[in-house]
Amino acid sequence: MACIEARGLRKAFGSTIALDGVDFNVEEGRILGIIGPNGAGKSTALHAILGLTPFQGELKVLGRDPWSDRDRLMRDVSFIADVAVIPRGLRVSQALEYVEGVHPRFDRAKAEGFLAKTNIKWTSKVRELSKGMVTQLHLALVMAIDAKLLVLDEPTLGLDILYRKQFYDSLLNDYFDRSRTIVVTTHQVDEIQDVLTDVMFINQGRVVMECGMEEFESRYVEVMVRPENLAAARAFKPMHERQAFGRSILLFDRADRDELAAIGDLRTPGIADLFVAVMGSHGAVQ
Amino acid sequence: MTAESQEIAPQRMTPTRPMYWSIRREIWENRSIYAAPVVTACIMLFGFLISAITLPRRMRLAMGDAGKLHSVVAMPYDTTAGLILVTAFLVGAFYCLDALYGERRDRSILFWKSLPVSDRTTVLAKIAIPLVVLPLFSYALILITQLIILIVNTIVLLGRPSDLAALYQNLKFVQLSIALLYAVVAIALWHAPVYCWLLLVSGWAKRATFLWAVMPFLAIGVFTKIAFGSASFFTFLSDRLVGWFNKAFLVPEKGTHVDPLAALTPGNFFSTSSLWIGLVVAALCLAATIRMRRYREPI
Repeated sequence: MACIEARGLRKAFGSTIALDGVDFNVEEGRILGIIGPNGAGKSTALHAILGLTPFQGELKVLGRDPWSDRDRLMRDVSFIADVAVIPRGLRVSQALEYVEGVHPRFDRAKAEGFLAKTNIKWTSKVRELSKGMVTQLHLALVMAIDAKLLVLDEPTLGLDILYRKQFYDSLLNDYFDRSRTIVVTTHQVDEIQDVLTDVMFINQGRVVMECGMEEFESRYVEVMVRPENLAAARAFKPMHERQAFGRSILLFDRADRDELAAIGDLRTPGIADLFVAVMGSHGAVQ
Repeated sequence: MTAESQEIAPQRMTPTRPMYWSIRREIWENRSIYAAPVVTACIMLFGFLISAITLPRRMRLAMGDAGKLHSVVAMPYDTTAGLILVTAFLVGAFYCLDALYGERRDRSILFWKSLPVSDRTTVLAKIAIPLVVLPLFSYALILITQLIILIVNTIVLLGRPSDLAALYQNLKFVQLSIALLYAVVAIALWHAPVYCWLLLVSGWAKRATFLWAVMPFLAIGVFTKIAFGSASFFTFLSDRLVGWFNKAFLVPEKGTHVDPLAALTPGNFFSTSSLWIGLVVAALCLAATIRMRRYREPI
């Protein structure tokens, strides 16, 4: 069953078009990464999914219209927004009590278990916690909610690499199972490449590419070629070309791997590299 | 789909539960709701405990003048009630101004909206602070403070039976506390449009909530005064703040006093058209605020 279905999703702020008729489906049990430059419409899309902003077009999340049904929908959807939105005046214990009070699917013992693994004190106010700790607290709250969809909007912004790694490790090991769906946006794309099952590129309010990670790995290949083989490699029509360490790195879409292997070393490209390539060609088309 | 979600949907979520927890978290987040009235009460208490030393002397001086004696005896109780209620009004007003503005400014609105609590519940919980929580809390606080003052006064006058009799003759505590409850309810109803307006501005303004809340009224007042030489708009404003008193109570003539319960004029108060107009305005502001909260995002 589709967890999110969007048809012709459109949203404009005055004359600025944030989403320009976007279509996409997210199936249950997937981990989708939405990648795009700043102002591409990622956050707007997430906010529409969460019922935080009105939109045009058709959007169903878990079968509900998020705008008209936000409070009901939020029983099945969890959300972590960019940097620390937990109210700073609350104590850690109060945050837990409150979520337990209003959320029918919150398992307090589970949240306490997650918090016990951190250095967060019960009696601390949220304002006294470091940025990393606030994110840990939020993650503990969210992981203790038995939700069907988890939406993460730049959840690890401003955190150091240790916290970021820990964040996604906990998410994968202690939270994710095949019945849940996760949608995440982040600029640290390569760090979550192994986490994702699907990836979607979005630019100027449009979806410019979407594919599953299995397809991603079988379809795209990068070849590192020495200067003498460059002309031969170019004959295979790379979608993108860049220089590194005195060699050329060419990115191919659906190329013959055996033939390419003869002219250089093959590897799976990073999502960021493909993103740059797709954005480049997308820009060229316009 | 619906059948499935109902099947999994667990447990004990009564409709009033989100409301109860929303009010609790408002009190957690805004400690001034109880701290400020308590501080006022403590200051009052401290002052009147010291002044109790001179109570016998002041009562003796006033003996023979019933009006003067009454004011000597009743003054601490009336002042306590008055100042705690003024504190509660200020706390409620500033609370409302920040209630929907603060959550957008610190982005915590994204956290609140990620939980299954409707905008209606959130806004109603917020307006319940000045209209229900603060009045009830102030009422209890005033009673406790007055009771302590009464006990201390009684102790001070223990050796003087005639003074003690005069104290209890002039201070009908039970009647006073009933009259006070009535006053607290009347004030809450009378000020409802003020709080609802402040909450509306708090949900709407992107900055300077206080200016947006106050300036339009000052501007209209000044304009009508200059253009038409009429001060009626300022009269209207002050009536909205303090007008409840002469509508809900019989205002005694200077130097006289009436029994607390005899001074209540609920018939007059509840048939005042400006009370009902105010309540309609309050309801409209509240409806607009609920609708607006749906559209609000961090500033």
